[in-house]
Amino acid sequence: MPENLFKVNMKEYILPGSRACQGCGLTLFYRYALKALRENTVITLPACCLCVLHGIYPKTAVDIPCLNNTFASTAASASGIVAGLNALNRTDTTVVAVAGDGSTYDMGIQALSGAAERGTDFIYVCYDNEGYMNTGTQRSSATPLGALTTTTPILTKQQPKKDFIKIMEAHNLPYMAAASPSYPIDLYDKFVKAKRIKGTRYMHIYVPCPPGWMYPARDTVRIGKLAVETGIAVLFEIEDGKFRFTGRSKTLAERGKRLPVINYVERQGRFKKMNLEQLKQFQTGVDNKWNEYLKMAEG
Amino acid sequence: MNNVRIMTGNEAAATGVKLSDAQVIATYPITPQSSLAEILSQYVESGKFKAEYVRVEGEHTAMSVCISASTVGARVFTATSSNGLLYMHEQLHWAAGARLPIVMCCVNRGVGAPWTIFNDQQDSFAQRDTGWIQIYCRDNQEILDTVIQAYRIAEEVYFPVMVCYDGFVLSHTMMPVEIPDSRGAKEFLPPYKPHTIVSADDPKYINPVLLPVRRPNSEGVLCDGYMEMRYKLQAAMEKSRDVIVATNSAFSDAFGRNHGGMLWEYMTDDAELIMTAMGSMATEATMAADMLRAEGLKVGVVGIRVFRPFPKQDVLEAFKKASVIVAFEKSISYGFEGGLASELKAAFYGTDINIPIHDYIAGLGGRDVKARELAEAAKSSIASIESGDINKKTTWLNCYTG
Ligand SMILES: Cc1ncc(C[n+]2csc(CCOP(=O)(O)OP(=O)(O)O)c2C)c(N)n1
Ligand code: SF4
Repeated sequence: MPENLFKVNMKEYILPGSRACQGCGLTLFYRYALKALRENTVITLPACCLCVLHGIYPKTAVDIPCLNNTFASTAASASGIVAGLNALNRTDTTVVAVAGDGSTYDMGIQALSGAAERGTDFIYVCYDNEGYMNTGTQRSSATPLGALTTTTPILTKQQPKKDFIKIMEAHNLPYMAAASPSYPIDLYDKFVKAKRIKGTRYMHIYVPCPPGWMYPARDTVRIGKLAVETGIAVLFEIEDGKFRFTGRSKTLAERGKRLPVINYVERQGRFKKMNLEQLKQFQTGVDNKWNEYLKMAEG
Repeated sequence: MNNVRIMTGNEAAATGVKLSDAQVIATYPITPQSSLAEILSQYVESGKFKAEYVRVEGEHTAMSVCISASTVGARVFTATSSNGLLYMHEQLHWAAGARLPIVMCCVNRGVGAPWTIFNDQQDSFAQRDTGWIQIYCRDNQEILDTVIQAYRIAEEVYFPVMVCYDGFVLSHTMMPVEIPDSRGAKEFLPPYKPHTIVSADDPKYINPVLLPVRRPNSEGVLCDGYMEMRYKLQAAMEKSRDVIVATNSAFSDAFGRNHGGMLWEYMTDDAELIMTAMGSMATEATMAADMLRAEGLKVGVVGIRVFRPFPKQDVLEAFKKASVIVAFEKSISYGFEGGLASELKAAFYGTDINIPIHDYIAGLGGRDVKARELAEAAKSSIASIESGDINKKTTWLNCYTG
């Protein structure tokens, strides 16, 4: 049930002066997520674009308590905050770890898996811009097949994106969800819900990135929508093991028709060297995953 | 009534942690630290000790948990050894840079490759420049007492403190240890007052990106750049010496045991040759000194208790009357010499102390070091000086080098 639009928190937590790029999908997601999380929230984050978005000392553009930690330690840092708050009897605070796909899929996977296995009471958010953007758009294991990055500058990425969501499914969490800032109400509602649930909650947010993906800054929302329309990004939630599509993905699953991935690919410079074979493989991968989700939705 | 019990070094450390009322503990097992993590688990699960115990999936996480829990405002503890300590390296810098009063026991063990589970001090020596205070203990009593002192020092100067003691030699050896009563420990160690906390009540952005230059905040006040923050770290570390000494004195007044502050001396008053070492090998050296004294040689020992901050003024005082120094070290800076010998030479540079310092690398990977062997090494140093080889090159004690 979507939260009543009129109940949306009107307070802004990201103030003017953020250091993110124009048209940054991460900024959009973060804005909506913080509104949903509201006060009594503590954030921890690693080295990534979000760390810079917050601002450079001695100024910050974000009105929320936030602790930086190292690249591999986001979920470990959250574990420490949770343990510290428990020790001080402040268990009402929501602890949220936010990290990019680079630190989540790659270096931070150990700490995240460990914290999830321990059932640490926190929300982990991976904002997925499909590369190491803060360091200049290098490949991560979340980069899709056929994409140009600065470390796959000629041949493009040769491997498909890691199915990280499946790895998180294997942790049997009380709640996990995937959302997109192109569908803000869906995203907002998921964070409202995640805040109410105890235990480890995992949120996967698909955030388009104009400089990294090489498209004009004004197209961020459109690219995000195309990702959903094609089934590359799927809006869903899994609550106590039960999968369900949400929002636009739900409509697509029930009665819509997904667009072919080419509609999404052709708008981004990072795919300009993608060959036909890769395009076919990309489409097949998306179709297979979509069918897997359809089965999961049937139960 | 004195409460004396026979216990291992690891149990002594665990007892110190409990008496210090640590609120968050995060550990990952590694030999020879493991039994310390196990004893603490026993305390916590049996309800004898109220603490949040996070059994993490690796040492990098153990230190990350300590960092964040400490930033929330909790008193934290962890312990490790060897490769576990090396695995934490990134977080050791982070903890010190964030000026967090974390206390960690390093149960000293050699590092791989090749694997060894046995004792030397290469692990903590390799962390010398991370910004941690390092204290080396000579026996189990000192371990217990130093853990309690470490929290008081750490929370006064906002530096993390590494309490180092030799694996197996102390960690697994039973010795009588007097346990302070918990009221006394509480009086000695007031509750932790954090300087900056991350709290839902007060939005702050902690440990952000800094630029090289000083920059104004939104009120126009010029704030530190990265380099000013590093300067403050160094200045505070230098000042921490006085706090370490004062804490040792206060502990001695409260509990009647004086562990020597920055260093301790044994029969140095008239000593011509002074042996020096850190940790249990320094205790061993006192026995060697007794043997040499029985032979009529004027020999004493200086045990270096605090390696960082390096006790510069204290060593000038302690060694000023000696005519030769023999350093025994369980670590080495590859390509040069033992680190303690280097530090002493650096400390004496430009002063009127200009005496030979002979460096012996000993006991690596658990190689046994007997008092008799230390005594023989000291005699061989005397012999080489008499034969004109004043600045003898680094010697590998008890090691086949042919
Ligand atoms: C141990 C370590 N290795 C490398 C880096 C350099 N580094 C900083 S941010 C970053 C990439 C971050 O990528 P991601 O997590 O995807 O976030 P994004 O920059 O895309 O927001 C890297 C590699 C680091 N900070 N620490
Ligand atoms: S590089 Fe991409 S993710 Fe990073 S701030 Fe810019 S637009 Fe946002």
